[in-house]
Amino acid sequence: MPELVALEERQRQTARPLDPNNPLAVVAPGTTFETVSEQISSIVLTRKIPLFWWCTFGFGVFLFVVFGVAITYLLAKGIGIWGVQIPVAWAFAITNFVWWIGIGHAGTLISAFLLLMNQSWRSSINRFAEAMTIFAVMCAGMFPLFHLGRAWIFYWILPYPNTMTAQPNFRSPLVWDVFAVSTYFTISVLFWYIGMIPDLGTLRDRATGGFKKGFYGVLSFGWRGSSHHWKLHKTACLLLAGIATPLVLSVHTVVSFDFTIAILPGWHSTIFPPYFVAGAIYSGFAMVLVLGIPLRAVYGLHNLITVRHLNNCGKLMLVTGLFLAYTYLIEPFTAWYSGNDFEMYTVHNRAVGPHSWSYWLVILLNVVIPQALWFYKVRTRVIPLFTVSMVVLVGMWVERFMIIVTALDRDFLPSSWSNFIATFWDNAMFWGSIGMFIVLFMLFVRFLPMIPMSEVRELLPFSRPGGGTEK
Amino acid sequence: MNDFGTYGMVAEFDNPTDLVEAAHEIKRKGYRRFEAYTPYAIRDLEEIIPGRNLVPPIVLIGGLIGSATAWTMEYYIAAIDYPINVGGRPLYSWPMFIPILFELTVLFAGTFAFVGTLALCGLPRPHFPLFNLPEFSGASSSRFFLCVEKRDPMYDSEATAESFRDLNSIGVWEVENV
Repeated sequence: MPELVALEERQRQTARPLDPNNPLAVVAPGTTFETVSEQISSIVLTRKIPLFWWCTFGFGVFLFVVFGVAITYLLAKGIGIWGVQIPVAWAFAITNFVWWIGIGHAGTLISAFLLLMNQSWRSSINRFAEAMTIFAVMCAGMFPLFHLGRAWIFYWILPYPNTMTAQPNFRSPLVWDVFAVSTYFTISVLFWYIGMIPDLGTLRDRATGGFKKGFYGVLSFGWRGSSHHWKLHKTACLLLAGIATPLVLSVHTVVSFDFTIAILPGWHSTIFPPYFVAGAIYSGFAMVLVLGIPLRAVYGLHNLITVRHLNNCGKLMLVTGLFLAYTYLIEPFTAWYSGNDFEMYTVHNRAVGPHSWSYWLVILLNVVIPQALWFYKVRTRVIPLFTVSMVVLVGMWVERFMIIVTALDRDFLPSSWSNFIATFWDNAMFWGSIGMFIVLFMLFVRFLPMIPMSEVRELLPFSRPGGGTEK
Repeated sequence: MNDFGTYGMVAEFDNPTDLVEAAHEIKRKGYRRFEAYTPYAIRDLEEIIPGRNLVPPIVLIGGLIGSATAWTMEYYIAAIDYPINVGGRPLYSWPMFIPILFELTVLFAGTFAFVGTLALCGLPRPHFPLFNLPEFSGASSSRFFLCVEKRDPMYDSEATAESFRDLNSIGVWEVENV
């Protein structure tokens, strides 16, 4: 085709040399407007579904069924089937909630904060990271919902005119949480969708069957890529990024208020908001890598998710992990410095009490092992990076468990002390939520464009008229 | 093709440089009703093809409505409709209203951004005259199009097509308005 030759000729003439300070490419050489469109849309439209997809999807469906059984049994019997009691009234459910919602944070950070910071490398990973956010928030929402006990009247927590003439208490962080999480979910969906509209237009134009064309045509709202539309679209994305950045910080801050506004030793601390946000971003980047590394291998996306992305995500994990290590250090210090017996006892209980395994596991998994990320060779090789990411995901779950259970089981009054033992149904709910996440994510990979084609086109070295990159 | 029911004259380009040069040239010749269709956002076109961008004021209005809604709701419920006396603390405890005020501001601003942008774009609109041109499907992948609309006073089937042909276009078509 003569047009393609002209394009590639221009590419050779205008390609920008790599920054000598950062010799890793964001998009591999040889990628053109046509190849990126074909590569991403063929995953959805024409390519055979890989065996990996079927296996993962099948595994996800299995766990999802477990989730359904666990919820059905829970609704029939009540939350007594879990190991929760007084004083450990919060255990797995809230651990899972905080863990899932934290994972979501990296998606918004990549799509919103890095957009404001003009970090163009984020483009190719932002779509699936945002999808991860949405599905993680959906999983997170399940736990407070079912922890209510009578989930079918959950709408009582919302302010609406009702015959009971009762209203929520706006001074309660639990009510703030309802607003924060539902806003976060809505804004994430809108931001994700508005960014996807041009790519859905590409799928519509490249689809061959009438049904597929209609399906993506409806989803794309009839996007036609006019320059006026692009301008409005860019402005909307930028503004959404601007409001999503403080939003993402507010969400985990409000989640941490659920703890820190209570007067319980081990929870009642002003370091909690930054502590929670750092932990959220830490686990979120781990999840981005755990999802991104297999996708890259299975779908051959090495030219779009490059070593540069792995390196940068590794660096961000290292930084947020160090924030977290700092708070682990400062927590016992403030307890000691306060001179408060109850605060000091909580630290003591964490280190040598019945759940001390969780404390030392957290130190090992979140602080010691991730120090491997200092090494370039760990950050740029898939197997070590994937392993460290899995370690961090486990570590962050154990951290939330440690914060919740070790503060509750030894409260002010020794006569009410108790121990928490997880039951089968606690575990079934947790693993079931992972199944729900896998199912949703695999459906996303199958039916929607997982790399934002329009944004990757802007990164190509000849996308700017006259040469250079548009971004 | 007869002139009745014509949408406009479309030219196809294979690279952004030629498109932007052509848009410049078309504007210099005095055309005003023209529009470029590209597979990604090209900043240079924003200057050549001006248009009002009302997204920021819409988002601002949304945010203000959100703040006002949140504050009114919280004040009415906490101080008037369902007052809860917690250790004699004031019913209008505004610092505790800030988190929800912030969340609803963001929620309304974001929703206005999404709905407002679509409305300003005139979307959803499943059909558009240019979709009649089979080549136009490339506009969402790797091709660049420039369209002079028939409502432009300078529009002339012969002359417009001729100027496009001089501008490195790889195809020129007159598209029907159906």
